[in-house]
Amino acid sequence: MTDELDALRAALRRAEPAPDARARDAAIALAMKNFDAEQRAVQGLPAAARPNSDRPSGAGIWNRMGIMLKGLTTQQALAGTASIAAICVAVVLTGQQGWKTGTVDLPPPVIATPPESTIEIMPEADVPTIAESTAPDGRTDLQGQAVPLPQVVMPEPMAPMADSAMESTAPLAAPRTRQERSVMPAPEMEGTGANTLGKSAGADALGGMSAAESAMPMGARDLQIQQEPDTEAFANEAPNPVKVTAEEPVSTFSIDVDTASYSVVRNSLNMGQLPPPDAVRVEEMVNYFPYAYPAPAAEDGPFRPSVTVMPTPWNPATRLVHIGIQGAMPAMADRPALNLVFLIDTSGSMDEPAKLPLLKQSLSLMLGQLRPQDQVAIVAYAGSAGVVLEPTGAQDVSRISAALNNLAAGGSTAGAEGLELAYQVAASMTGEGEVSRVLLATDGDFNVGVSDPDGLEAYVAKKRDTGIYLSVLGFGRGNLDDAVMQSLAQNGNGQAAYIDTLNEARKVLVDQLTGALFPIADDVKIQVEWNPATVAEYRLIGYETRALRREDFNNDQIDAGEIGAGVSVTAIYEVTAPGSDGLLNDPLRYGAAGDTVATDSDELGFLRLRYKEPGGDTSILKETAIGQDTGPASDDARFAVAIAGFGQLLTGAVYLGDWGWDDAITAALAARGEDAFGYRIEAVNLMRMAQSLSAN
Amino acid sequence: MLMTTSDEILATAAAGGDRDAFASLLARHYDRINGLAWRLTGSRADAQDLAQDICANLPAKLRNWRGEARFSTWLYRVVVNAVHDQRRRNATRQRAGQGWGDWEIARQDEMAADRAAQDWLAQAMTRLPPELRDTVALVLGEDMTQAEAGLVLGLSEGTIAWRMSEVKKRLRSMAEQEGAR
Repeated sequence: MTDELDALRAALRRAEPAPDARARDAAIALAMKNFDAEQRAVQGLPAAARPNSDRPSGAGIWNRMGIMLKGLTTQQALAGTASIAAICVAVVLTGQQGWKTGTVDLPPPVIATPPESTIEIMPEADVPTIAESTAPDGRTDLQGQAVPLPQVVMPEPMAPMADSAMESTAPLAAPRTRQERSVMPAPEMEGTGANTLGKSAGADALGGMSAAESAMPMGARDLQIQQEPDTEAFANEAPNPVKVTAEEPVSTFSIDVDTASYSVVRNSLNMGQLPPPDAVRVEEMVNYFPYAYPAPAAEDGPFRPSVTVMPTPWNPATRLVHIGIQGAMPAMADRPALNLVFLIDTSGSMDEPAKLPLLKQSLSLMLGQLRPQDQVAIVAYAGSAGVVLEPTGAQDVSRISAALNNLAAGGSTAGAEGLELAYQVAASMTGEGEVSRVLLATDGDFNVGVSDPDGLEAYVAKKRDTGIYLSVLGFGRGNLDDAVMQSLAQNGNGQAAYIDTLNEARKVLVDQLTGALFPIADDVKIQVEWNPATVAEYRLIGYETRALRREDFNNDQIDAGEIGAGVSVTAIYEVTAPGSDGLLNDPLRYGAAGDTVATDSDELGFLRLRYKEPGGDTSILKETAIGQDTGPASDDARFAVAIAGFGQLLTGAVYLGDWGWDDAITAALAARGEDAFGYRIEAVNLMRMAQSLSAN
Repeated sequence: MLMTTSDEILATAAAGGDRDAFASLLARHYDRINGLAWRLTGSRADAQDLAQDICANLPAKLRNWRGEARFSTWLYRVVVNAVHDQRRRNATRQRAGQGWGDWEIARQDEMAADRAAQDWLAQAMTRLPPELRDTVALVLGEDMTQAEAGLVLGLSEGTIAWRMSEVKKRLRSMAEQEGAR
C-alpha cells in the first residue's frame, strides 16, 4: 500500500469514536425485544397496544415513518386493520424508548438480558382485544392533541416480502425495513411510568425496566390511558421524618422556587394516572401558586418572612407553623436590561406536539414581554450544537420569531456542548448591570455527549459564579429527566418549571416572567431553631431535596435557592407540643436530654434567614422569633396547607391519619380566595381527579 | 461456552430462535456495526442511530441468514445497505453529503493535537465520492481484503482494486493541491 492509503487508514482508525455505552445498551436491548417479538410473530401471535398520542412526522427514524404514511389515503388506511396500525405506532415509540433509555454503562460483553419468561407471561387472549378496543378511536388526549388514527395504518399487502438474503439497494429496501419493524408486538407500551417509581436518578433503568416491562401483563392495567414507554427519572428523597427537638433542635434548608413538580403532577392526573410518588415534591406544589403574603417594606430588604401558627387540619394534637416569604417587587420600569439565551433542545425526541411546537409558542409569548434594550440569542443543540440566532435586540421580533420557527427536531442530544455554547454566548452579551440568563428548554434528555451528569452539574455550578443564571423549562413526558433538570437548575441558580400546556407557558413566561427572570436575593437559606420547651417534635413538610447541614447555613460557599422579583416562597412545619398526645416518640428512659430544658421563653422557635444580594458574595442575616399567637391564618396560608396535604396524599405520607381527599378538597375550596387566574380551582379539580383515580 | 462458538453457528441458532445465541452475536458485533457505520457516515450520531436501527432489524433480517457467507461479511452487507438507504433518504431531502461535513463541525472541541489529522481525514473523506468512501471504509477501515469488500458491496474484486487505485490517485492530487497552496 502507498503512503496516502496508509495515512488514510491510520486516520480512520485514530478518529473512530469509542462506541457510546448507553447507545450500545439501548440498541442491544431494543434488538433483544425485537427478537422476542419476532419469535412471537413467527408463532402467529400479533399483538399491540395503542399509545395515546401519535408523533407528527419529523427527522430521523420518525421522518421515514412520516414519509411512508404520507402516501396513504384515509381510505387505504381504513382498509388496513387496526392492529397493524397500532403495531406501527407502538414500534416507533419503542424505538424511541430504546434510543432514549438512560442506563449505567455495562461492561462490554454483558448484555442486559430481559428475563426469558416474556412469552409465557403474555396473556395471549388479551392481545387482539386490546389492539381492537384501543386503536380505532380517534381519541383526543387531555393535552388537546387529536389522535388521528388513519395516519398510522399500513396496508396489509406489504406484509409478506421477498426474503432474499442479499438485500439489494432497490427502493424496496426502505419500506421493507419498516415492515420488519412493524411485525413487532409491543407489550412494553403498557404504562411503564409505574416502573420508574422509586427509581433514583442514575439507577440502572434499562435492566430494571426491561425486566419489569416484560413481566407486565397486558390488559392488566388501565386500557383507556396508555402511556408511551418512558425513561423518566425524578429527583426525590424519602419524606422528612418527625424529629425530636431535644435531639435535633435546628432545621436547615434551602428555599425552592421550582414549580416543575406541580405541573408534572397535573400532567399525570390529566392523563388519568396518579403521578409517580417520586415526581411529587410537596414544596414545589405549594410554591406553584402565587400567594400575596405581606410585602416587604423598604427597610425589610428584598423579602419579608411572615409566620402563621395554625391548627393542623389532619391532626388536632399538632400545630402547623407556616412560613411565608414574600419577595419585593422592584419598580420594573427601571429594571436592568436582560440578556436571554434560549438553549433549545432540537433532538429527535422533541418532535412531538407537546414539545418543540409548544416550546416555540411559549417563547413567542414571552417575546412580547421583553423591552427594546433586552437581547435574545438562540442556541440549538442536537447532534451538533450551534448558534441559531446571534444576539438580537428584543425589538426585532420578526427575526427572533423566524429563527424560532425555523427550528426543527432531529438528531440526538448533545446537551453538554450546547450548554457550553450557550454560556459562551451569554457571556458575550453581558454588559455592566445587566442580567444574563440561559433558558434551557428540553425534554430533559441529555443522553449523548454527557458521559457524566455530575460533570455537567459541576460545570453549571462553576458557571454560576460568572453571574449567569440558568433556568430550565421542561417539556413533554416520556423521557423527562426531572432529576437532571432539577439539579441543573439548582446548581445554575435558576428555576425549573415544567410546561405542559400553553396556559402553563403563559403563567411561567408571561404572568410571572419578572419573578422567573429577575432575582432579588441569591442563596436564600432558612434555619429554624425550635424551642424544646414549647415544641417537642417537628416535621418539615417537603423540601426533602433541599436539606442543608446545620453548619451550611453560615457558610456562604454553600449554594441555595434564589428568590425572584415578587415571588413568594412557603415552608410549612408540623410541630407537636411537649406532653401532647400527638407525640410520636416516647421519651428516652436513660437520656435525660428532654427533661433538662430550662427556658422561660414561650416562643415556638427562632427563624433565621440568610441571603445574598444578587451577584453578591457575602450573606446577610435576617432573624425573627416565632411566637405562639400569630393571629388568624390567611386564605393564602390555609390554601398552602391544603396543597401540602394534597402532596402528602399523593406520596402516601403516613402523617395524615384519616384526613383524606374530601378534606383536602374542602380545605382548598374554603381557602380559594380571589383566584383570579383559576390556579386554585384547577388544583381542586386535580384533587378530585386524584381522588377518583386512587379509588380504583 | 457460547463465546467460543463461531459467529456462523450462533447466527444459525439465533435464526432458529435461540435467544442466548442472538444476545452473544449482538455483544460481539455491536461495536463493529457502530464502527463501520461511523466510517461510512462520518457522523457519530448517525452511526449510533444506524447501529440502533440495524440491531432493531436484525432479528427479522436473520430470517434471511442462510449460512452461505461468513457472518461478518453478511453483517457488513446489512450495514452498508442500511447506510445506502439512509443516504438515499437524505438525498431526497437534499441533505446529501452532510455526514462528514457535520462531523467536521461537531469536532470543534477535540484536542488540538488531533485536529490537523482529523481535519485532513474529514476533508479527504468528504471529497471522495460515496462509492469510493464505502470502499475505503471497508478496505482501510475494516482491514478487509479486496475480495471480502467485493463480497460485501456485491462487486468484483477487480472493481474494488480499481476503486482503491482511484482513491490513491485522488488522495495524491489532494496532497499536491495542498502542497501547491
